[in-house]
Amino acid sequence: MKDFYLIYKNLTRKKMRLFLTTFAIFIAFLIFGAVMTLRSALNAGVEMSADNRLVVVHKTSFTNPLPYAYVNKVKTLDGVKDVTHANWFGGYYQEPRNQVVTLAVDPETYMTVYPELVVEPAQLATWFATQSGILVGERLAKANNWQVGDQIALSSNIFSRKTGGQTWDFTVSGIFKGNEAKVDTGYVLIHYKYFNETQSWGGDSVGWLILTTTDAALNEQVASQIDTNFANSNNETDTSTEQAFNKAFIEQIGNIGLIIFGVVFMAFFTILIVVGNTMVLAIRERTNEIAVLKTLGFESKRIFKMVLAESCLLAFLGGLLGLGAAYVIVTGAAEQMARFLPNLVLDENIVLQALGYMLLLGLVTGMAPAIAALRLNIVTAFSRG
Amino acid sequence: MSSENLFELNNVAKRFTKGKETISIFEGLNMHIKKGDFMAIMGPSGSGKTTLLNLLGGVDQPTSGEITFAGQRIDNLSESKLAKWRANNIGFIFQFYNLMPMLNAAKNVELPLLLTNLSSSERKKQVATALQLVGLSDRAKHMPSEMSGGQQQRVAIARAVVSDPTFLLCDEPTGDLDRQTADEILEMLQLLNRQFGKTIVMVTHDPSAAKFASHTVHLNKGKFVKAEELMA
Ligand SMILES: Nc1ncnc2c1ncn2[C@@H]1O[C@H](COP(=O)(O)OP(=O)(O)O)[C@@H](O)[C@H]1O
Ligand SMILES: [Mg+2]
Repeated sequence: MKDFYLIYKNLTRKKMRLFLTTFAIFIAFLIFGAVMTLRSALNAGVEMSADNRLVVVHKTSFTNPLPYAYVNKVKTLDGVKDVTHANWFGGYYQEPRNQVVTLAVDPETYMTVYPELVVEPAQLATWFATQSGILVGERLAKANNWQVGDQIALSSNIFSRKTGGQTWDFTVSGIFKGNEAKVDTGYVLIHYKYFNETQSWGGDSVGWLILTTTDAALNEQVASQIDTNFANSNNETDTSTEQAFNKAFIEQIGNIGLIIFGVVFMAFFTILIVVGNTMVLAIRERTNEIAVLKTLGFESKRIFKMVLAESCLLAFLGGLLGLGAAYVIVTGAAEQMARFLPNLVLDENIVLQALGYMLLLGLVTGMAPAIAALRLNIVTAFSRG
Repeated sequence: MSSENLFELNNVAKRFTKGKETISIFEGLNMHIKKGDFMAIMGPSGSGKTTLLNLLGGVDQPTSGEITFAGQRIDNLSESKLAKWRANNIGFIFQFYNLMPMLNAAKNVELPLLLTNLSSSERKKQVATALQLVGLSDRAKHMPSEMSGGQQQRVAIARAVVSDPTFLLCDEPTGDLDRQTADEILEMLQLLNRQFGKTIVMVTHDPSAAKFASHTVHLNKGKFVKAEELMA
């Protein structure tokens, strides 16, 4: 690519213009990266919810705990297949900024209710039998380089130990995978019993219940049965399908999502106009130079390619910087948001999409000036100048 | 056709069409340019000097008639073939230098070599030789904006000769320069003609510039005329 130097010099000849156009594209792809990540994180929850799984939370707020006794009560109701429960541990590893999503669960029933979690039988047996054993999701294990048998101390930013301190020592009993790539494996499961007996708050309470129905058709019926059952008690419940639960949560953010999506669209559209216009002007300014290149023997199609290469270079320069910034922001936010949005990852899919849009942006903004350069007639260009 | 003739124009017509109007610049023009010639073309503005250079340089094509270069017709070549032909055979020198403002002297001179298969190091070597020829070895890294008009024109000459074309076309190469600088440029062209055997056609307004050429032709309203006729 002998012409690269020429393309590069053309791109960088006006520093201020380069800065402004790069910045505009940077912003567009920053927004794109962040919003697409958010969107896919929101969607992952809905897509992965099983259709016969119900979630029971406290009616007042899903952050309020429920009495442990509810587990057995729900079990006896008609149409209920399996029941399990979970508590939010609020974990982090070594430093509060290293959030580790940790749930205290009843191992056997939890694995029954979540059949999409796959563990080697030997590891699973070890975990069932080890009070301080934990099951670590594959994504999390990879990120922290944790292996089976490792001793890991997890701290809670909510609970304290009866013996003092907020740090629990655990042993990695096993690693769980998803039966599909979409299954989130970015969290840790610990024994509820061990947690409940060692934490200082006391009270046998669970964060929420998860149950499966014998038939998805019974979902509504079972849900209202549960809520009726606990109506007028101290702890009223709100039962919904996992799908609805996830959707309801998402819909709160969803409207914002729509607005953000509009913003992204507008940002892209504006940038398309701004960058496209800048490219047209930039090339028009060079009418004389292009005529000179053609006179020297540069073929029109070669100049056409040079102009397109320049606009693509610009798109990728701003785009990759923006995507990089989005990655940094998303990774930072993922720690904070791990509890609500476990799948907040700027993955290859989004990167590929972004790269596609960068190419598209480069081609679209460069096309008109490239065609103008292609068609430019040497004689008229010189007589005009 | 004489083998000594580098260029031959036979019965060349050139007309421009603007809307419904057709302007005729040349009708039945004949001329030949000998190898090793240094020809000056003079004439009032609008007489067709630049148009003639464009035809010779393969930048424009005649409406009718034949143009041959070294025995080969160039008037009917495709745009892309003409571009290759220009790159191989013609060096261009313009009135306003037409250097790329974002490239330094060496990179400007290198431009025509990007159209060859030469390696980067071979290109550098040829650029250095060309800059040395025009006496600007010490200015290789200078930008056009950092150079005087005369220096810029010398860079342009280096660019025109770097790929060693047989034929140089100069459109008022000294039109923008003071007398002394103009004479330096003209001496350089003379050197290229005499020492390096370049065939040169130079358009000029300036009678003292034409004196550097080996002979002068006069163009008026698209026809070659005798100098006396022009004066009259
Ligand atoms: N691309 C063009 N379209 C229409 N008319 C042109 C064009 N180029 C030159 N002309 C006309 O042709 C005539 C000769 O122009 P030119 O060759 O530039 O003259 P000179 O260089 O001798 O001043 C002028 O009348 C000019 O207006
Ligand atoms: Mg002219």
